[in-house]
Amino acid sequence: MQAENIEILEFLRQHHPFKDLDNAILERIASQTDVAYFKAGTQILNFGEAITDWYIVRSGAVEVYRRSGELYDRLTTGDYFGQFGLLRNKRIRFPAKALEDTLVYLIPEPLFSELFEEYETFADQVEVEDRTRLRQAMARQADSNQLLSAPVETLMLREPLTVPVTLSVRDVAIQMSEESVSCALVVTESDDQPLAANRLVGIVTDKDIRNRLVAEGLPYDSSVEDIMSTRIASVEHNQFVFEAMLMMLRFNVHHLPVMRHGVPVGVATLPDVIRYESQNSLFVVRRIFGAQSLDELKALQPDVRNCFSRMVAEDANSHMIGTAMAVIGRSFKQKLLEMAEEEFGPPPVPYCFLALGSMAREEQLIVTDQDNALILDNRYDPKLHEDYFIKLSNFVCDGLDACGYTYCRGGIMATNPKWRKTLQQWGDSFLDWINNPVQEVLLNSFIFFDLQGVWGETQWAEQLSALVAEKASRSPKFLACMARGALGRTPPLGFFKGFVMETDGEHSRSINMKRRGTAPLADLIRVHALAVASKSHNSFDRLDDVIEADILPPGSGADLRDALELIAMVRIRHQALDLEAGRDPDNSIEPDNLSDFERRTLKDAFQILSNAQKYLKFRYQFGRAF
Amino acid sequence: MAGFQQRFASKLSGGGVGPGNEPWPVFFARMAEQAQHPLLKRFYAAGTPTGDTPLAEVPLVAIDFETTGLDASKCDIVSVGIVPMTLNRIYNRQGRHWLVRPRTALSADSVVFHGITHSDIDNAPDLSEQLDDILEHLQGKVVIAHCCSIERNFLDMAVKARLGEGVVFPMLDTMALEAGIQRQPTLIERMFGARRKSIRLADSRERYGLPFYHPHHALSDALACGELFQAQIAHHYSGATAIGNLWQ
Repeated sequence: MQAENIEILEFLRQHHPFKDLDNAILERIASQTDVAYFKAGTQILNFGEAITDWYIVRSGAVEVYRRSGELYDRLTTGDYFGQFGLLRNKRIRFPAKALEDTLVYLIPEPLFSELFEEYETFADQVEVEDRTRLRQAMARQADSNQLLSAPVETLMLREPLTVPVTLSVRDVAIQMSEESVSCALVVTESDDQPLAANRLVGIVTDKDIRNRLVAEGLPYDSSVEDIMSTRIASVEHNQFVFEAMLMMLRFNVHHLPVMRHGVPVGVATLPDVIRYESQNSLFVVRRIFGAQSLDELKALQPDVRNCFSRMVAEDANSHMIGTAMAVIGRSFKQKLLEMAEEEFGPPPVPYCFLALGSMAREEQLIVTDQDNALILDNRYDPKLHEDYFIKLSNFVCDGLDACGYTYCRGGIMATNPKWRKTLQQWGDSFLDWINNPVQEVLLNSFIFFDLQGVWGETQWAEQLSALVAEKASRSPKFLACMARGALGRTPPLGFFKGFVMETDGEHSRSINMKRRGTAPLADLIRVHALAVASKSHNSFDRLDDVIEADILPPGSGADLRDALELIAMVRIRHQALDLEAGRDPDNSIEPDNLSDFERRTLKDAFQILSNAQKYLKFRYQFGRAF
Repeated sequence: MAGFQQRFASKLSGGGVGPGNEPWPVFFARMAEQAQHPLLKRFYAAGTPTGDTPLAEVPLVAIDFETTGLDASKCDIVSVGIVPMTLNRIYNRQGRHWLVRPRTALSADSVVFHGITHSDIDNAPDLSEQLDDILEHLQGKVVIAHCCSIERNFLDMAVKARLGEGVVFPMLDTMALEAGIQRQPTLIERMFGARRKSIRLADSRERYGLPFYHPHHALSDALACGELFQAQIAHHYSGATAIGNLWQ
C-alpha cells in the first residue's frame, strides 16, 4: 500500500498545471512525489547532467539560466523546471540554482512523461517552448468567442441578385421584388461567362430607386447605371462580422457586397450584422454624428467608456476593440471638422485631416492622446489661408481634448505649424526621412508612418502611404535606422512574486504594458511591413503582409500575432477593470493583479517579443545584403 | 524543558553512544545474539553504521507516531508514519502509514489532536500484526524524529508489552539539534526580556523557509521532520559530519 501525503496532494490540487486533473490521478502523483531541500545558493541542476525528475518549487525561489549564463527565469512557489531536459534527451538544458532556501517536490520522469502524453490540459499548460504554450492558450480563447469573431460569410443567407449594367431600373425593380431583396449588384455584361462572374461596377438599393429615380422624376426605363452607386464599399468573405459593421458605419451604407477572389458572392445587410454584433459602438457613433454642440459631444464620454467595457465583457478580441475605438475616435474628429466648417465656412483650399499613430493603426484604446496633422492643397498660401487653418485646427484639437483625447505631449497636432504642410511638402518630408535617415529625427517620426485620412481629400493620405511603401522597402539604410529605433524599448523577462523581473534580475513594482509591450511590438512589425512595401496600417494586417512575403523565420509571424493579441488584451482588460473600479484607467499593471493565466502567458509573449527583437536587429543591419 | 534539551544536546554532541556507554554497533551485535524474539533478532542483525560514518552515506528514515496521550507507560500508539530518505532526497513515494488499534483507550483530547477516531481504529489491527512490517522499514537505517524520546519510549514500551522485550536504536532528534543550534537566552538575558526561541516542529521549519504543514498526521509529520533535518544539515553541518556527533 502506498500512502499519498495529504500535504503534497493539497498543494498539487491548488496549483497549475495539476489543478485541472481529476482526483484519482492527483492522488497517484502525490504518492509518487519525492522531496528535497536546497539551501540558498546551492546549485540544483548542472548543465548537461542527466535529469530524472521534474522539479516543482514548493517554497523558496529558484533561478534558471541559459547555457550562456544569461538569466532565463526566476521561479517561486508553484513554478516548475526541468521539463526541457526531460522532453529532449534527458540531459539538463537549463541549469538551476536555489536563490532562497528552497523545498522542491520531485516527480519522477516516467510519471511526468505519462502526464504529458495522457492529459492534454496538463501538456498545454506546461511551458515546453515559449511559443507553443501561448499558441494553445490563444487558440482556446479564440474558440470561446467564436460568435464575435465569426467571418462575414457566416451571415450570408442567399446568393446576391446580380443584374447587367444595361438593364432598366424597372426591370431591376421587378427582379428585386421577385427575389424579395433590398438591393442588387450591378455587373458588366459579357457573353462568354455567367453574369455573377463579371466585374462589379455598382450597387442599387430600394433607397436609390426612391431617392434617385422616383423623387427625381426620371423615367422607369432609365438605365440602372444612372442611379446606381459606383463607389462601392465591400468586404472580403473571410473578414470578421465586426469589420463589416465598422465598414457600414464608416461609409454610412446598409448593404455590403461580400467578395471572394474579386467576385461578389453575397450581400451583408445591416440587420444581418446587427443580429451578430453588439450595438454598442454603433450606438455611440450615431450619437456622435447626431450631436448638435460641443457640449453634447463632451457628454458622450461615459458612453464611449461603457462601450469599451461592454466589448471587453463580451470577450471581443483586441482587433475588434481597437477598431471600434478608432472608429469612435475618427467619428469625433469628423464631427468636429464638420462643426468647424460650419463655424468658419468652407475651406479656402482643399485639405485632408490626418489621424496618426494608434488611431490610424486601428489599435486605439480608452487612454489615448490625439495625434493628428493636416495635408494642404499645393496651392496653399500661408498669407491667404493660414488664418483659416489655425482656427480650424484649434477648434478640432481643443474639441478633441474636451472629449477625452488629451493634447499630444510631443506636439504632433494640426495646431502645430510644423505639421501643417502641403501634399508636396509632406512627400518631400517622407522622402527625406527615407533617403537621409538620421536616428534622432526618425525616432520622433515613427508615428507618421501610421497615417490615415479621416476628413477631406483622404486619397492624399493613400498617396503618401503608397509613396512610403514604394520607397522605404528600397532603402536598407532607412530600414536599419528604423530597426535600431524599434529596439529602444524592450520587454521584461517575466514576473517573480509580486514583481516585474528585468533581464538583469532587477525588480520593479509595475509594468507599463504599452511602453514595454504593445508599442515595441507595433514598432517592430512596422519595420518589417515597410521592408515588404506593405500599405496596411493595422499591426495584424501588416503581420499578414509580412508573413505573405515570407521574410520571418517559420512560425514566428504567428507567434508575434499571438503575443500582440495577448499583451493588448491584458492591457485592455486591466483598463476595463480600472473603469469598473472607478479608477482612471492607465497602461500600468501591477503583477499582483495578474491572473495565473496572464502571468504565464505574458511571460511567453515577452519572450517572443524579445526573440523577435533579436531577429530584427540581425536582419536589418545596415550594409548587410539581403 | 528547553534547558534540559540544551544540556541533553550538548552532552550528546560529545559523541552519542548506546545504552550503558556501549557504542551502538557493539550494542546491536550483542542484541542480535541476546534478543529472544526472531523479529528483534532480525532487526539487530541488520546492524547500524559506526559513529564515524559521514551523514551523506547513512541511509535514514524519518518517523512520527500519533498516540493516545503523552505518557508512554499509560498510553499507546495510534498511527505510524515513516519516510525513508538520504541527505539528498526524501523518498516520499516509499513512505508508509499504518493505523493501529491501541491497547489503551483513545482519549477525547488526543482525538482533537490527530483526528483519528474510535471508528477509524476499531477495524485497525494490533501493533503486533504490523510490527514485522514496521521494523523491516527501520532496520539498517538511522531513525530521525522530532523530540525522539516520544518515539523511542513509545515503541520500546509497546514492543515490550507485545513481545516481552523492548527495542532501542540510535536516533537523530531534529528538536535536540534545533535546541543546540538556537542558543537559548540565559536567565539573565531572559530577565532583560529576551524571549526563548521555539523549537517546536512548525516554528523550527519556518526558520529554514520550509512551508507550513498541518500537524498531527503521522505521515505528514514524518515528512516535515525529514525536510527539517535536511535543512538543518544544509545550514549548520554537512554531509561529511560524522553521524556519531549527532545521534543519541
